[in-house]
This record gives sequence, C-alpha cells and structure tokens, in this order.
Amino acid sequence: MTPTLSLFLIISAALFSIGLLAALSRRHAIFILIGIEMMLAAANLNFVAFWRFGPQPQSPTGVMVAIFSIAIAAAEAAVGLALVIAVYRHYRTTNVDKLNQLKG
Amino acid sequence: MNPWIVTHLWLIPAVPLAASLLILAFANSRRRTGAAIAIIGQLAAFTLAVIAFLPTLAEPGWRAVHNITWFTFGEHALRIGWVLDPLAAAMLLMITFVGLWIFIFSIGYMADDKNFTRFFAYLSFFSAAMLGVVIANSLLLLFVCWELVGLASYLLIGFWIHKPSAAAAAKKAFITTRIGDLGLFLGMLWLYSGSGTLLFYDDGNGCLEKAGLLALGAGATFVALLIFSGAVGKSGQFPLHVWLPDAMEGPTPVSALIHAATMVAAGVFLVARVYPLFSLGEIDGVTPSLLVVVWIGVITALMASLIALAQSDIKRILAYSTVSQLGLMMVSLGVGGVAAGIMHLLAHGFFKALLFLGSGSIIHGCHQEQDIRKMGGLRRAMPVTFVTYAIGMMTLSGVPLFFSGAWSKEDILHATLHWSRSPVPHYLMMAGVVLTALYMTRQMIYVFFGGPREASAQAHESPSVMAAPLIVLAVCSIGLGIVLTPAWPWLHDYLTGQATHFDMGQLIQPMLFVSFALVAAGIGLGFLFYRQAGAVDPLGRTLPALFRFLENKMWLDQLYASTVVAGSAMLSRASDWMDRFVWDGLVRGVGGLGQLFGIFSTNVDERGINAGVDESATGTRGLGRFMSGWHSGQVQTYMGAVAVGMLALLLLYAWLA
Repeated sequence: MTPTLSLFLIISAALFSIGLLAALSRRHAIFILIGIEMMLAAANLNFVAFWRFGPQPQSPTGVMVAIFSIAIAAAEAAVGLALVIAVYRHYRTTNVDKLNQLKG
Repeated sequence: MNPWIVTHLWLIPAVPLAASLLILAFANSRRRTGAAIAIIGQLAAFTLAVIAFLPTLAEPGWRAVHNITWFTFGEHALRIGWVLDPLAAAMLLMITFVGLWIFIFSIGYMADDKNFTRFFAYLSFFSAAMLGVVIANSLLLLFVCWELVGLASYLLIGFWIHKPSAAAAAKKAFITTRIGDLGLFLGMLWLYSGSGTLLFYDDGNGCLEKAGLLALGAGATFVALLIFSGAVGKSGQFPLHVWLPDAMEGPTPVSALIHAATMVAAGVFLVARVYPLFSLGEIDGVTPSLLVVVWIGVITALMASLIALAQSDIKRILAYSTVSQLGLMMVSLGVGGVAAGIMHLLAHGFFKALLFLGSGSIIHGCHQEQDIRKMGGLRRAMPVTFVTYAIGMMTLSGVPLFFSGAWSKEDILHATLHWSRSPVPHYLMMAGVVLTALYMTRQMIYVFFGGPREASAQAHESPSVMAAPLIVLAVCSIGLGIVLTPAWPWLHDYLTGQATHFDMGQLIQPMLFVSFALVAAGIGLGFLFYRQAGAVDPLGRTLPALFRFLENKMWLDQLYASTVVAGSAMLSRASDWMDRFVWDGLVRGVGGLGQLFGIFSTNVDERGINAGVDESATGTRGLGRFMSGWHSGQVQTYMGAVAVGMLALLLLYAWLA
C-alpha cells in the first residue's frame, strides 16, 4: 500500500477529532491540555503531508514550519502546565467544571 | 498778588470742622475738653476772619478769588473756589464773633445736659458749614455747605431727641427746607447749562460776571426765582416759614445761633450773593424776580409780626420776629437796597442772638418755663438779663439814635421809599415797625414787669458765663450803630464799595422823625394796652376772633396739614394701593408664569427625560443580564462554541465552493 496524501489527511483528521473530543469532554485540565496538543500534532502532520506531496518536495519548508510549530507548542504546554499548577494551588482542584469564577 | 489769607480762606471753615471731629473722636466723655476745643476752634476762626477782614479795608470794593479744579469729567472741569469781598468778610466776622459768644453761653446753658460734648461738636460742625456757605465762590460749593448747614440744623433742633415734639420739629424743618432746596438745585442745574460755570467770579468768566450773564440771557429770571426758592426755605419766608417757629424746640443757644443769627440769614445772604442774576435786565431797578422777592418779603414780614402778637411762648415770639425781620431784609434786597439788607442782617445777627440768649437766660432762670404768661416781675430777680434784654428789644424795635437796628431799619425804609414801582411796601414796612415795637413791648411787660407769677417766683439770675455773652452782645448791638449812621455810613459804603465821608449834617434826616414817631407809637401803645396784662391777653379780650386767628398762626399749619400733608398722604395711599394691587399683581402674574413654566419643565424632566434615561438604563441592564447568562465560566462550553463556529465556517466554505 503506497502512502498517499489522502491517507495522511485521514489520519490527521482522526487525530484532530480525538484531540477535540478530549479537549471538550475531559474534566481534568491536564487531559484538556493533552487534547490540545493532539490537535496541534494533527495540524503539524497536515503541514508535513502537504509539503511532502506538494510541488516542491526538495526544499524542507514544511518540516521547518512543523518544527516552529512544535517549539511554540512546547512553550504553550509549559505555560498551560504552569497555569494548571497555579490553579491547583489556589483552588485545590483541577476539575474545570469547578473553575467557573468568570461566570457572568 | 493775593494776600496769604485769600488762598488759605478754606482754613476758616476747616478749623471748626476739625474741632468738631476732634470732639467727637477724642473728647466724648470729657466735658471741659470738649467745650474748650469748640471754643478754641471758634476763636481761631474768628482770628482768621479778622485777618481776612483786613485786606478788604485796603480799597473800596476790593475782591479776591481763589479757584481750584475739584475734578474733571470728560471735557468738563468742575471748579470750586472761595471769594473774599466785603460781603463775605463782614459775614465771617459776624458769624464767628456771635458764634463765639453763643458757644460760651452754651457752657452755662447746657451745663446739666448729659450730651454736653456732642452739643459742642454739632455747634462747631454748624459753624464750619455756615462759614463754608459764606466763603464759597461756586454755587456748587455753596450748595454743599448749604445742605450741611441744613443737616446741622436738623441735628440741633432734634438735639433733645427724647422729646417727640423736638423730633417732629427737626423733621419738619428738614423736609420744609428741602422743598426750597429742590428749587435751588434745579436753579443750579439751569445755571450750569446756561452759563457753563458755577463759579461766581472767575476773571470775567464767572456766572455773575458779564459773559456768564450774557450767556444766561432771559433764563436768568427763572434761575433767580429757583435760587430764591432755596432762600425762601432757608430764611423762613412765606410760604415755607412754618418750620422756623417749630425749630425753637432745640436748645436755646441753637435757636440763637442757627435760627436767628446765622443760618436763617443764609437765604438773605444767598440772594445778595447772586444779586446780579436778580437784577439782570432791570428797568428802574425792577425785574420780575425782584418783584417776587419784594412781595414775598412784604407778606412774610407783616404776617409774622402779626402772628408774633398772639404767641405766648417766649421763643416763638422771637422766632416770628426773626421771620418778619428776614422778610424785611428780603424787601430791602428786592427794592435794590442790598447794602441796607445786609446791614440789617449783620445788626440782626447781633441783637437777635442777644434776645435769644436773653430768653435762654430767662428760661434757665425760670426752670425751663417758656410761657410768658407764667412769668412776670423778673426785672428784680434778673437785673443783668433785664437790662441786656431791654437793649435787645429796643434795638429790634428800632429806637432811634443809639441802637444799631434803628439805623439799618431806617436804611431799609429809605430804600423802599425810593422804589420806583409802588409805595405800598414802604407803608407796609412802616406798619411792620409799629407791630414790632408792639409785640416786643408786650413781651417785655409780660416777662419783666408786674408781679411775679407761678414760674418766676423762684427765678434766679444766670451764672456769669451766661451773663457775660449777654453783656458783650448788648454792647455790640449799640456799638455797631456807630458804623451804620447816615453821618458816617461806613458799613454801607464798605459793602457797596465806596469811600466813606463823615458828614454830621446827614445824621438827622426826615425819616428819623418818622421812625421815631412809629416806634414811640408802637411802644406807647404796647404800654397802654398791655399794662394790665394777665392770664388772658388784652387783645384776646378785645378782639377774640382775631386773636385766635393769630394765636393759631393764621391756621397755616392746619392748612398745610389738610392740603399738602393730606395730599401727599393721599398720594402715598394711592401709591400704596397701586403697589399692592397693580404692580404687585403684575409681579405676581410674572411670578405665576414662571411657576407654571417651572411645573411644566418639572413634568418634562420627570416624565420625559428622566423616564427615557431610566428606560434605556433598564434596557441596558436587562441586556447585560441576558448576555451575562452566556458567560457560564465553563471553559469547555467556550471551546465547544469555538468548535461549532469553526464547523459552521467550514460548512459555509464548502457550500460556497
């Protein structure tokens, strides 16, 4: 079976959907972060796939964007984890259903 | 080159004014100091008056003026100044000298008064104002001082303010003279608009000099009459004389100084001062304004001497006598005898002050009794007063040869005799002479002769501080006659600006016998008629109707009360009614309109604007509440919304593509 663009796009869409489901349904903040990371990974996969099957596969542009994106994702994860720890210290919980103080 | 005194003539009124202020400021409770300051001030003024008198002797008709600019407004410069001429110098001497002795007399007369120092402050203030009138070379300055004199008179008439009659008399004097002063003020305005200056003498440009009189032209008659109305008020001429007898409510020295010797003479002085206005365009010495002066004077002189016959208050008799003598002076001015009028004014200043001070001494001796019917036989109890009073009485009556009043009166009779228009004033003035002798004799008999009655039983002679001024003034009343005689008419020529010659042959003139006969008739008649005077007046017994008519001052007060006073009361009531119902109604109407508008705008505000603002606020709040419902605080809800939105965008994209 030859790997085609459609295959990668399907995998990517599945990965994105799994991440979205995790982010929307889990109550634990860490799992929500993990879901977001999965959606980012899906997006990176799309970049690489479109590059690999695009008109100029010689120059490594798609990989470069993906690496940038991963670096940003790392930074985002660091900020997100720090926020979770701060929230936990304050509220003694990481259940996002309880963290509704911004309710209007 | 003017002598020093001309440029510093203002010092003469300034000194008594300073004395007055000093007394009020520093010597309020120190009686001796207060009186001393007043007398020193008056003495200084007298000294200055003598200094001012000397240069006027240098040559006949000498006159010097000193004018200064008071202030400028726009292109006009308002100038005032002072003038030194024989008229002013003679008046200065008389006022300061008589004033000085009245001040001294007051020490004794007011000894028991608790407002002793205030009295002296007022007296000094009056003296200052009066001297200001005399030296003024500008009608404006004269008017200012004139009003100050009126104020001083008001303060002094009402000095015993606790007496309601004194307060009423003060008001009456002030208001009545104010009526005349209104005329004076209008005359002043007319004079200014006509001649462009209020200075009397200004190197040929003054309003009494040729250029000013020419500019004034025919208006001079009206100006003169308006100015004369001021003189009528101040000098107690008919019909504004009613305040003067009532003014006797003031302390007697005040009556002597202000309401006999000086202030009331200011009107005569004023007419003499602005005489060129009166005599402008004369034909045989007659102008319309002078005619008015003559007849007003004649009416006043006769009316007052008739009323004096039936009065019983010693001071009121003298007051009416003053009114009649002032009328006589006016007649003299009106017929052209300016010098004669002023001579009589000066002589009158002395002997009327003497008479008033004498009456003060009598009142003092009789324990404040003023009714002559309750006196009697005082010649033994009060010999000094009796002798001096008799001298004053004879001077006033005009007993010939020895008394000053006789010569000046004779001069006036001469002047009336030579009047071109009518002989009537001459004969009426002769009748006035008889009447004067008659009422003075009546007073003498009532007060000094016969036996003592209720008030005079305990009478005593006054202290020497009061007797001395009487003696001095009595001597002056006689001594002044020396410069008045036709043989050596020094004062007459001094005032008219001629050189004097001594001519013994002029002493005895036909008129002398006439006036002797008149005076003798008056006094003799008086002695015959009033010999048996008792509680009922002999005239009242023989002619009761006439007597009552005169006793009630010819009902003039009642006439004024029922016409002028009642009229103005009616006017006041009408104005009050207008104010209450018409103007007040208008004001209330306008107010009501405002109120209506207020109610309207309140409604607009509360129902319209407020409600609108409230509604929009409520709406905003409701919207906010609705919107805030969307903010669940659930981060996953938000995320879900984002996902749904993205899905919707994707679908939209797909559908469009």
